[in-house]
Amino acid sequence: MHYIGIDIGSTSAKTAVLDENKNILEVFAQPTGWSSIDTAESIGKNLREKGFAPEECKVVSTGYGRVAVPFSDKTVTEITCHAKGASLIFGLEDLLVVDIGGQDTKVILIENGFVKDFVMNDKCSAGTGRFLEVMANTLAMRPDELCTLAKSGGNTSISSLCTVFAESEVISLIGRGEKKENIAFGVVDSIIKKVAIQANRLPAGSKQAVLTGGLCECDYICEALSRELKTEVITDKNARFAGAIGAALCGM
Amino acid sequence: MSDYVKMWEDLGMDLETHDQLCQVLPTAFGDVYLSQENRPEGMGFWDFVVSEIHGIRPSELIEAQKNGQKVFGTFCVYVPDEVVIAANGIVTGLCGGSQFWVPGGEKVLPKNTCPLIKASVGARLDRTCPFFRIADMYVGETTCDGKKKAYEILAEDVPVHVMDMPQMKRAEDYDKWAHEIELFAGVVEEQTGNKVTPEKLAEAIKIINNKRKALKRVYDARKADKLPISGKDALLMMQIAFFDDPVRCAEMCNKLADELDQRIADGVSVFPEGTKRILLTGTPLAIPNWKLHHIIETSGAAVVCEEMCTGTRYFENLVDETQTTLEGQYKALADRYMKNNCACFTPNEGRIDDIIRLAKEYKADGVIDVNLKFCSIYDTEGFFVERALKEAGIPVLGIETDYTDSDAEQLKTRIEAFIEMLG
Repeated sequence: MHYIGIDIGSTSAKTAVLDENKNILEVFAQPTGWSSIDTAESIGKNLREKGFAPEECKVVSTGYGRVAVPFSDKTVTEITCHAKGASLIFGLEDLLVVDIGGQDTKVILIENGFVKDFVMNDKCSAGTGRFLEVMANTLAMRPDELCTLAKSGGNTSISSLCTVFAESEVISLIGRGEKKENIAFGVVDSIIKKVAIQANRLPAGSKQAVLTGGLCECDYICEALSRELKTEVITDKNARFAGAIGAALCGM
Repeated sequence: MSDYVKMWEDLGMDLETHDQLCQVLPTAFGDVYLSQENRPEGMGFWDFVVSEIHGIRPSELIEAQKNGQKVFGTFCVYVPDEVVIAANGIVTGLCGGSQFWVPGGEKVLPKNTCPLIKASVGARLDRTCPFFRIADMYVGETTCDGKKKAYEILAEDVPVHVMDMPQMKRAEDYDKWAHEIELFAGVVEEQTGNKVTPEKLAEAIKIINNKRKALKRVYDARKADKLPISGKDALLMMQIAFFDDPVRCAEMCNKLADELDQRIADGVSVFPEGTKRILLTGTPLAIPNWKLHHIIETSGAAVVCEEMCTGTRYFENLVDETQTTLEGQYKALADRYMKNNCACFTPNEGRIDDIIRLAKEYKADGVIDVNLKFCSIYDTEGFFVERALKEAGIPVLGIETDYTDSDAEQLKTRIEAFIEMLG
């Protein structure tokens, strides 16, 4: 029996396939696009091609598009899924998960493998992947390029938390002739500070902090977050699939 | 509600805009309420009131005015209904609970005003609520800065009396509130032309105490392991209690409570076994604000109690009925009303005690602290609420929201995750 987890987020849709021994057999991601239903269909097709027909597997969906997956056996929220997925990926029962997603950022405190408490950002997109995406667009870069460039910058801060106002601020910085790496630093710094405020609302104690979600592939994000939280933040190549892996686990 | 067009016209309402409200309300009510299964029969009364919400009670009030009675519109559970009733007056609630009225309020109020105040002011200024048109006088109170200033705006076209609320609970504050109640009695006497006598006040105290006891009976039924009524239905009863005649309200609530007691005896529940029980605490949910209850009760949990003005704060604690002089009665009223624990007081530890006590009495699995956007006092107090609950080992989720549906999906995710967390 195979277990499929599908995490349809606001920006990208992640899929994971696990066997009954919780081995991760397959992970893949694709853009969510404008229709969760089309995305779900394309995921189904992909799965079939890889030899995992959804109707022969247990399928659990999560993320904002969780209700749009017609072949899903049940839906679970991304909070529970990220918690379960991160526990498996990092092999820890007690940890603090920081997930920087496309339109929301979650900080989840896990004790004995169960969600103890969590904080999510409000409607506002400050401190999320979307914020980074908009700023990267303004600077004519890809988000990952911006993160890498930020490492060599410094001494610039973006004070607006509102994405629209922050974009105007970035444009003024460009107009003033500020170096690109310094602007990139300011953008990443703004996200990290906002995420850290959220994380500090939860009493993590000595629990290991881990980063999941789309930004975990950028080393500098982990580095900056470690600096801001004053504790080492680790990540993993599968961390961006934490939600999907957790969803698959929820089917067991 | 078309039979009431003439009445609305006579009230000087904006019929065209009001029609839009009349068109959306039945759909919303159908989706949220009538979709529920196995509702108590007694809810039929409240369903009927909602179906005629801007018609049936307003027409009663107008009839009463023709017979010389005066109508006082209020915004807060600290204003003592007893004094008005003793002078043969009528009290009606005025708080606005719909986004429909918010843009009207935003024409004159700052953006960062809470939606309840915006909706109330909008309902008045846009002439789309009959209760605001009918009331002979509005009675305000100095609970929060937003309301204080809003009363000044409302006072430009309706007589307004504002009661000066103490903000602390020292002995002199109780005395001050008793004095404010006495002053209010003077205003009511002048408006109605009727004297407040100890006999009449004693009678009014009994009427309102009976209403409190009846509301409490329905709430007590929600302490049962098998819930005989949904949180949504209990909320509706509570919201309409602010508008209805107090004697009829008590009668209907008692009838409903009888049915609920029978359901408990028969083991009838409106939720499957194992449904997680949620206590709501925070700012009031004025009609037709059913947003949070609907999200919670369609996410696999049940609301078992509201520690809110539209909840336990409205009926807990009775007024001493043994006083025979006005002085003693004003003091007794002050003592009861000052027992309410609103975040406008500092400090307000009593509310924390209430929340923990109620969470135990109603066997809540978790607490959701829900506050209206821009209500800084409740929002700030949330720090203590969350800390105390965590210390008591009761899971808690803090939420800030308004009357719009724009955050419904985000709230659903958070609330579902919270319910999953409860196990």
